[in-house]
Amino acid sequence: MRFFGRTIAIIKKEARQLRRDRLTFGMIVGIPILQILLFGYAINTDVRNLRTAIANESQSDLSRQFIAELGQTQVVNIVGFVSSAAELEDLLRKGEISIGVAIPPDFDRRSVDRNRAAVNLLVDGSDPTIAGIANQLKALPVRFDTAETSEVPGSNVEVRAYYNPERRTPVNIIPGLMGIILTLTMTMFTAVAIVRERERGNLELLINTPVTSAELMVGKVIPYIVIGMIQLALILIVGDLLFEVPVRGSIFDLYLAAGAFIAANLSLGLFISTAAKTQFQAMQVTIFFLLPSILLSGFIFPFDGMPRFAQVLGEMLPTTHFIRLTRGIMLRDAALLELYPELIALGIFAMVMMTAAAMRFTKRLD
Amino acid sequence: MNELAIQARGLSKDFGDLRAVDSLDLDVPRGQIYGFLGPNGSGKSTTIRMLCGLLKPSEGSADVLGIHVPGNTNDLKPRIGYMTQKFSLFGDMTVQENLQFIAEIYSFPVRERGARIEELMDKYDLVPQKKQLAGTMSGGQKQRLALACAVLHHPELLLLDEPTSAVDPQSRRDFWANLFRLAEGGTTIMVSTHYMDEAERCHRLAILDEGVKVADGTPRALQASTGMYIVEVTADDPYAAQAAIDELGEVASVTQLGVRLRVLIPEQFHDPVGIVEAALGSRQIAAEVSKTTASLEDVFVAVTMDRTDNPA
Repeated sequence: MRFFGRTIAIIKKEARQLRRDRLTFGMIVGIPILQILLFGYAINTDVRNLRTAIANESQSDLSRQFIAELGQTQVVNIVGFVSSAAELEDLLRKGEISIGVAIPPDFDRRSVDRNRAAVNLLVDGSDPTIAGIANQLKALPVRFDTAETSEVPGSNVEVRAYYNPERRTPVNIIPGLMGIILTLTMTMFTAVAIVRERERGNLELLINTPVTSAELMVGKVIPYIVIGMIQLALILIVGDLLFEVPVRGSIFDLYLAAGAFIAANLSLGLFISTAAKTQFQAMQVTIFFLLPSILLSGFIFPFDGMPRFAQVLGEMLPTTHFIRLTRGIMLRDAALLELYPELIALGIFAMVMMTAAAMRFTKRLD
Repeated sequence: MNELAIQARGLSKDFGDLRAVDSLDLDVPRGQIYGFLGPNGSGKSTTIRMLCGLLKPSEGSADVLGIHVPGNTNDLKPRIGYMTQKFSLFGDMTVQENLQFIAEIYSFPVRERGARIEELMDKYDLVPQKKQLAGTMSGGQKQRLALACAVLHHPELLLLDEPTSAVDPQSRRDFWANLFRLAEGGTTIMVSTHYMDEAERCHRLAILDEGVKVADGTPRALQASTGMYIVEVTADDPYAAQAAIDELGEVASVTQLGVRLRVLIPEQFHDPVGIVEAALGSRQIAAEVSKTTASLEDVFVAVTMDRTDNPA
């Protein structure tokens, strides 16, 4: 009874202080919205309108017809015509164009010869995304000779993009972004919340009262679980309104998964708070965890494509598992139970961190 | 029932190579105000923190309200009140909210909570600040709130760590009036300070210097047992007078207080006034010389000087 009384006292106090702390309150709402807008609108792997110049040395009817078709793909935006392939290389080097299309004088004859490329594509390979997109142009009914691959096998493979047929980036980004936002806010808020009390001297008072370490930790963590759930709702609503990101699976499953993930992050935050002396240190350590969470979790780069070493590191991050859960539930209509290994991983992480935090947190000053 | 609220034996604390508190023995009787006098860094806060279980002693132990320290201090927490040196209540909560929180944390009976909080706000003159955020209050108001929070649960023992270091003289007087009221009600109070006038008000006090207890007793007993004659010199030119007295081999210490000098001369020398007058007379320095009784400051100078002269 007293346990609940004292835990509730801590929760009430935390909520009261949070309500008065406008900056933190603003961050709770501001961080998710800002990140969704930034990532949703700015990051786009579905590239269109690449600046393109053309050197048409053939000037035949067939070549002009080909150029018209090229323009219709919308992948390229033809910004100019030059007279030779050498000039295309110049433009490419200056960064004025991303793609140069060199049509040789014998274009008509080459286009009927199955063994020779009809057109040379000069691609700015310094950006792999552009290089990848340029490969789409190979689908046009002429033979290309790209800078990347000189031997183009006649391809009969047809790609069907499941779950995101329009290949819209936000559909992929936003379920992952949930993981990133919750990692950032949940870990940082809890870490800072305890370190701040230590900095202000409140902790010295608190540990001299009958409140136990467990009551203090539980009481500190519960308000942030609620905040995490609010943030999740916010991301889902904005994702739906602005980017039509679907939730194909059960929203209840999604919240359960989020609960496990939030618990993992909060226990990480608690652990950081037992090690950091100042709020600044707490923030630094949070960032230290945030960067790999962005880079190694499969949020931006496909997990399967990463080197083994990076994959091992990635598996240790809760964000990796949560992103698999959100993408599974939201996009592939997977049930939570089908994804149980991810849930177990989150549970283990939370328990290990919680134990470490509880062991380090003593009701003493030395 | 044990007549001592605190009994410490050989209490020591090391921070790395520094010995902050060195083999401290303390006997604090119940129902008294026990002062802890010493300069900054003398180990006062460290001792108080060890006594309430915040720091683990490197050596030695104490018996606080019948509970062994170091040890499981969970049973001790509800019975003591602690006021930190730095204001440690929540600056972004109001006076009432802070008191409410403390009442909840100490599981104060729900039905009596409201009345107890009203009573404390009334007693400690906090009614006008009821809805004010604690962080925006003056030093004296913060201190009254901290005391109200420390005594809310009727602790048997109150540990106050330099409670008056950030308040004006009027607030200090009022604060001490409150402490006497609490002591009359049976609360044992241990208070650390570096103000001599406050130390004088305590029933008993211990003087700490670099972690070592150099004196212990009632203020009166300490003043009577300095082993020094106190000679007061009032001179027009105190600098010249001080220079002359400093040269005397018999003099233990000279302290200037405005135009007056306080000269400490060990009791083994007879006629201390004559010694000083002779020194001043030989240099034609006009001065009034008289013997006086020791103040606590003289006690403090005398006991801390002993240590520097005879390093143990």
